Amino acid sequence: MLAAIRPSDWNFPLLLHVLGAMLLVGGLVTGVTALILGWRRDSAFYSRFGFRALLFVAFPAWWLMRIAAEWIYSKENLAEDPTWVGIGYITSDAGGLLLLITLILTGIGARRLRRADGSGGGGSNLLVRIGTVLASLVLVTYLVTMWAMSAKPG
Amino acid sequence: MSFYDWLLFFHIAAAFALVAALVVFWSVAVAARNVDRPAESLRFFRVAQPAQVLIIVGTMGTVLFGIWLAIDADAYQVWDAWVLIALVLWAIAAGTGQRGGRTYNDARQLATQLAAEGRGEEPSAELKTRLGDRTAMWLNIASSVAVLLILIDMIWKPGH
Repeated sequence: MLAAIRPSDWNFPLLLHVLGAMLLVGGLVTGVTALILGWRRDSAFYSRFGFRALLFVAFPAWWLMRIAAEWIYSKENLAEDPTWVGIGYITSDAGGLLLLITLILTGIGARRLRRADGSGGGGSNLLVRIGTVLASLVLVTYLVTMWAMSAKPG
Repeated sequence: MSFYDWLLFFHIAAAFALVAALVVFWSVAVAARNVDRPAESLRFFRVAQPAQVLIIVGTMGTVLFGIWLAIDADAYQVWDAWVLIALVLWAIAAGTGQRGGRTYNDARQLATQLAAEGRGEEPSAELKTRLGDRTAMWLNIASSVAVLLILIDMIWKPGH
């Protein structure tokens, strides 16, 4: 229904926003899957793969989603923010911060694991494990956001 | 939340699952394109395993909830131009994606077989050829472009 009354000049920023959100979730699913696999075996390999998925897919997608969200918001001229807009702001910004922390932790952790792997060491790494938990949390947060954006409570 | 809201949520959630699966497959396909050792390729295939479930949930969920939405909402009909365009694009995405994915499944089976024979660390030219198969790559590109066009169609709703 909303789509039927939505002005056509909102379409492009909406496309970028939704595409960014979809790629963000995809990047998080890829990264979290690899990082979780790294808890049991081949930690250096999976940590590096997970870190790269978060860095090269999820992180740029977050910016695309967030900038396009601001673009649409500037066009809506809302007198008062509905609940779902508030949920979107809180979760996207908090999720972005957590994603940044995750990138730093897994980046350092993956580097340490690679060095340990090269010197015959191995095992997992606490930083990568913390990063895995944080990335999983970000993914769950964005699934809740997806519900808020589609159901639009309030 | 109304019944329509729930249908819309499940439709969008399925679309997110579909795109998430495509992102996983692309990440694995790009990262593994030059791999020739079975053991290493199997590591990549393990990352893609959850995406096998997501692609089924996403492909079936988008079309089922999409048609249900078109039937449920008074503003839309199943025979609206933008709905029919989406269904055609969905069929193209599913067909090309399935065909492209078959090559990677063959590569996974070959890698599993070689690893079981104790040749997991030996380079395999056949495995490398399958992982870098250009036809499979173009089929996957066609599938992803079709999904992108569905998203554009859903937002612009031509003819509505």
